[in-house]
Amino acid sequence: MRNLGIIFKRELAGYFATPLAYVFIVIFLVMSGIFTFDMGGFYVRGQADLMPFFSFHPWLYLFMIPAIAMGLWADERKSGTIELLMTLPVTLSDAVLGKFLAAWVLSGVALLLTFPIWITVNYLGDPDNGVIVAAYLGSWLMAGGFLAIGSCMSAMTRNSVIAFILTVAICFVFVASGSEIILNALRWAPQTLVDAVAALSFLTHFDSISKGVLDLRDILFFVIFIGSWLFASAIVIEIKKAN
Amino acid sequence: MIEISHLTKKFDGFIAVDDLSFTVEEGEVLGFLGPNGAGKSTTMKIITGFLGATSGSVTVHGHDISRDPMAVKSLIGYLPEGAPSYPDMTVLEFLNFIAEVRGFSGEEKKQRIAKVIREVELAEVCHKTIETLSKGFKRRVGLAQAIIHDPKVLILDEPTDGLDPNQKHQVRQLIRNLARDRIVIISTHILEEVSAVCTRAIIIAAGRIVADGTPKELEARSRLFGAVSIQLTQDFDLAAALEGVEEVADIEPSDEERRRFIIIPVPGKQIFGKVLDRVQSEHWPVAEFHLVEGLLEHFFRSVTSQTATSQPRTSRGARASQQSANQQQG
Repeated sequence: MRNLGIIFKRELAGYFATPLAYVFIVIFLVMSGIFTFDMGGFYVRGQADLMPFFSFHPWLYLFMIPAIAMGLWADERKSGTIELLMTLPVTLSDAVLGKFLAAWVLSGVALLLTFPIWITVNYLGDPDNGVIVAAYLGSWLMAGGFLAIGSCMSAMTRNSVIAFILTVAICFVFVASGSEIILNALRWAPQTLVDAVAALSFLTHFDSISKGVLDLRDILFFVIFIGSWLFASAIVIEIKKAN
Repeated sequence: MIEISHLTKKFDGFIAVDDLSFTVEEGEVLGFLGPNGAGKSTTMKIITGFLGATSGSVTVHGHDISRDPMAVKSLIGYLPEGAPSYPDMTVLEFLNFIAEVRGFSGEEKKQRIAKVIREVELAEVCHKTIETLSKGFKRRVGLAQAIIHDPKVLILDEPTDGLDPNQKHQVRQLIRNLARDRIVIISTHILEEVSAVCTRAIIIAAGRIVADGTPKELEARSRLFGAVSIQLTQDFDLAAALEGVEEVADIEPSDEERRRFIIIPVPGKQIFGKVLDRVQSEHWPVAEFHLVEGLLEHFFRSVTSQTATSQPRTSRGARASQQSANQQQG
């Protein structure tokens, strides 16, 4: 556990040692602004809530999160530091978790820095702040899901661009499987299959959380989802270490 | 003590390490030699716990690497091939990270970092990011992280690769100083380094041990042990002039320089004095006369070339004294 903290600290400092963290945060904020005020019709709707803000998050994360996840392991493999890291008295789970948490905290910081939107909506109206807090939490959990996929994809290759593309592709599957288009296309299939596909989607689980419904099942979905992908990351790292 | 027994590592279809067994005791500086792809790095990666073995076992001070990897990893200081480190960190940040992972904190951590910075002379680059450093400094950073916890076992994969002669000398000095009551294993291509720092050398080829002994012992096993190199100033019939010296087994022309010959003794015999007597008494036209050097290198080639390359031994033997180790291994 001690080493988990040390690795976490190093990784987080690593994000801020390069422009990556700042670029990520700035672009994340600009994009959320555009999505919310421009495309989301924040003012036009005349409602004091942050639905337009949160409803774009899955699509925003689809391209933003892979950018901070792609280097997690690919860079270690490329520079050879994976050999250094794995021969230090550090367990693989400490390394996987430490790196994941650092990236997750970075995405959390970016998310928290959207607080002016929250201030705006409180200034303009009288929103249900409980719903907003729940939605923030849900959004962060979803970011964790994207990141866990990214961690695993990053472990697969030494090329971070390939890791980025793979992560986007797989995340897209887990977002789109809950969208109307896909579910309508599956109308011919038995209802259980349609439900199963929908149940695997981030959208399904995020939607209910962002409406303020903190269902334990939705939270568990993300926790188990993150855990499984991180476990898969560890297995991939173990297998691919040699090449 | 490190005990390696019947260690085998297979990668998809090919055997990198083939039933390797040896032990290393405290105080030994073991030079691990072999052509590229012989399995040196793979063996080191298994000892340090980076790779798992296909079969066989590695025990470091009683701890089995597969059963208790954390204990082994805490005992070992390791410089991986190419001295990888995190390019975005400054030297100080990097050493700080390693020291923390090694379990140091507070005042002790500070002292240890200060000590290694002194030992490998990193003071001037302390606050620079590692990516901006020269190759020599990067290697020294790698060395610093390997010795920061005063490890009982030090494993260095090509520690002097890419260093200039002064830095090489410095690193060898450092290794010699570190060697007391601990185990040092270094892999290298530079055979003079083995003679300079190692108390023992193991040559491996195609994953197997082909020779094991002190550098002196291995030199003595070379066919050119005691051989004499002679440079003539004009054409001269050496064979006729050496008629009657029974200890001479063979005379080979050097393929490097005209009129240079290698006089090879019958194994176990000394010829230097006898030949020198003749040179002087018969006034041979000689410009240079000395014992053949680079015996370890010659021996290395003779035991690894059958397995690694298929070049004939005899014609290559005469070149032993001249060629650098790197050329024929590249």
